[in-house]
Amino acid sequence: MKEITIISGKGGTGKTSVTASFAFLAANRVVVDADVDAANLYLTLPHTTISQENFVGGRLAEIDPGICTECGECLERCQFKAISEDFIVDPIACEGCGVCVHFCPVDAISFEQQVCGEKFLSDTDNGPMVHARLGIAQENSGLLVSVLRQQAREIAKEKNIPMILVDGPPGIGCPVIASITNADALVIVTEPSMSGMHDMERVKRLADQMRVPAFLCINKSDLNQEKTDSMKAFAKKNNIKFAGEIPFDREVTASMNAGKSLVEFSQGPAAQAVRKVWENVTIYLNETMDRLA
Amino acid sequence: MIITIASGKGGTGKTTVTVNLAASAPKGDVAVFDCDVEEPNSHIFLKPENLSTTPISTMIPKVDMEKCTLCKACEEICQFSAITTIGKKVMTFPEMCHSCQGCVMVCPEGAITASTRELGTLVQGTNASGICLTWGELRVGEAMAPPLIEQVKEKIDPKKTALVDAPPGTSCPAISALRDSDFALLVAEPTPFGLNDLALTVEALRVLKVPMGIVINRDDGETRVIDDYAAREKIEILARIPFTREAAAVCSKGLLLKEEIPEMEPLFTRLYSTVMERAKNRGNKK
Repeated sequence: MKEITIISGKGGTGKTSVTASFAFLAANRVVVDADVDAANLYLTLPHTTISQENFVGGRLAEIDPGICTECGECLERCQFKAISEDFIVDPIACEGCGVCVHFCPVDAISFEQQVCGEKFLSDTDNGPMVHARLGIAQENSGLLVSVLRQQAREIAKEKNIPMILVDGPPGIGCPVIASITNADALVIVTEPSMSGMHDMERVKRLADQMRVPAFLCINKSDLNQEKTDSMKAFAKKNNIKFAGEIPFDREVTASMNAGKSLVEFSQGPAAQAVRKVWENVTIYLNETMDRLA
Repeated sequence: MIITIASGKGGTGKTTVTVNLAASAPKGDVAVFDCDVEEPNSHIFLKPENLSTTPISTMIPKVDMEKCTLCKACEEICQFSAITTIGKKVMTFPEMCHSCQGCVMVCPEGAITASTRELGTLVQGTNASGICLTWGELRVGEAMAPPLIEQVKEKIDPKKTALVDAPPGTSCPAISALRDSDFALLVAEPTPFGLNDLALTVEALRVLKVPMGIVINRDDGETRVIDDYAAREKIEILARIPFTREAAAVCSKGLLLKEEIPEMEPLFTRLYSTVMERAKNRGNKK
């Protein structure tokens, strides 16, 4: 079983459009939307939801004013400025560390597990999709990503599905780290801009730290050919396999509006380029897997 | 006055709006705070000089095994599996630690003291037009953005207008950036993804009780999805940035739209004065 995560460092470079197309082209796979803050994959992959479950994450402190003696012990010990002068816990600031609960002399503070969001299992044409919705202002996006990937691995094992595709979140923080830990390969989808370059360099450093091999795919490549060329040079120098470039094409937005993946919707230049990128990634993966086998 | 530029979706143009707004303000009126510490990009456009960098760290526990009696009180209080007893040793996992100090407080032997873990760097500089920029760069490999975002916001001078560039999403990092804002400017693109993530951010802002307005970026002049949503939710659309290849090319080079495309200048100047007006009146109905 191979697990490929699609990331970018930067938001808005086209990760989800590329993932949706990969998910359409892969004959038999599980696809995971790990951008739990702002999940979009479901909007572009026709699916039927089979099951829905609450995701329970961290705990939250709540002070019972009937028991509280306003001694100030909790206020003094909270490192997150989450308790107000009138002894009300701000649920957004509370980190769920339990320090106030432990030190309250009259046990006035409850500490219940919170429902942080919902996770879904859906069916699509080429296999299952695992996705989620993190509650507003909720924590534990990293944990939720790990839970989704774990579920995808179990499904793949059970149904003998050879591939898992993970649509990663932007950035390099907690949910991104959770998306790429122990993946077999990364596809970095970037755009030819100063910002895209800056963020790609950072995400590549993260990939190196986590020892995951990376591919580079440059989206909207003709918007700045010079930058595209310097990104290719960067890839060559830094041991990133170049998987191809996708020209700017309004069909990408049109496919989104139609609720379909680009390769299903269009035969245009961008769709053809994505097909080529997918081919390059699979050829290389099969080669390395054979070597490792 | 704190104005935060936000959007649930990445890549909608938060940084573009932030830097062009900053460049449209009267000289010396605004300072910019890039809170997208995982992928900070404002400096690419604003080109600050004379940079000063400060390493930012957070507290992690250090255990003195000479004093430790293996009572496990630290393990029991820790909610994040960052400290645990294995055989005759206490192991710490610094990357899991949320710096709540619970283990330090609870240890009956005083065996646990505060050590540090590096979160990243805080950078400050001023550009040729006198705009002061403060940003954070999360250390690669560090998972927790919020404590670094808090440090960036610590630098906000209440006497000036602060323009805060927020990270994408609606979880901890975005919320850390948006808290305590007087007004939020939501940048949205007219696509199904853009609409989906805009709605999530609006929900978050209503929880935080921050008034808001919308900027439509990459407006093709036809698609009405954001307009219809804004009308339904009674949120004002404050500006539309047209969708052109030229604009995309300018941004890709790290240049300012208002300087490279003269016809865009009035748009940002107008947007700046509208936003200031709304923020002062807390204009929008929540």
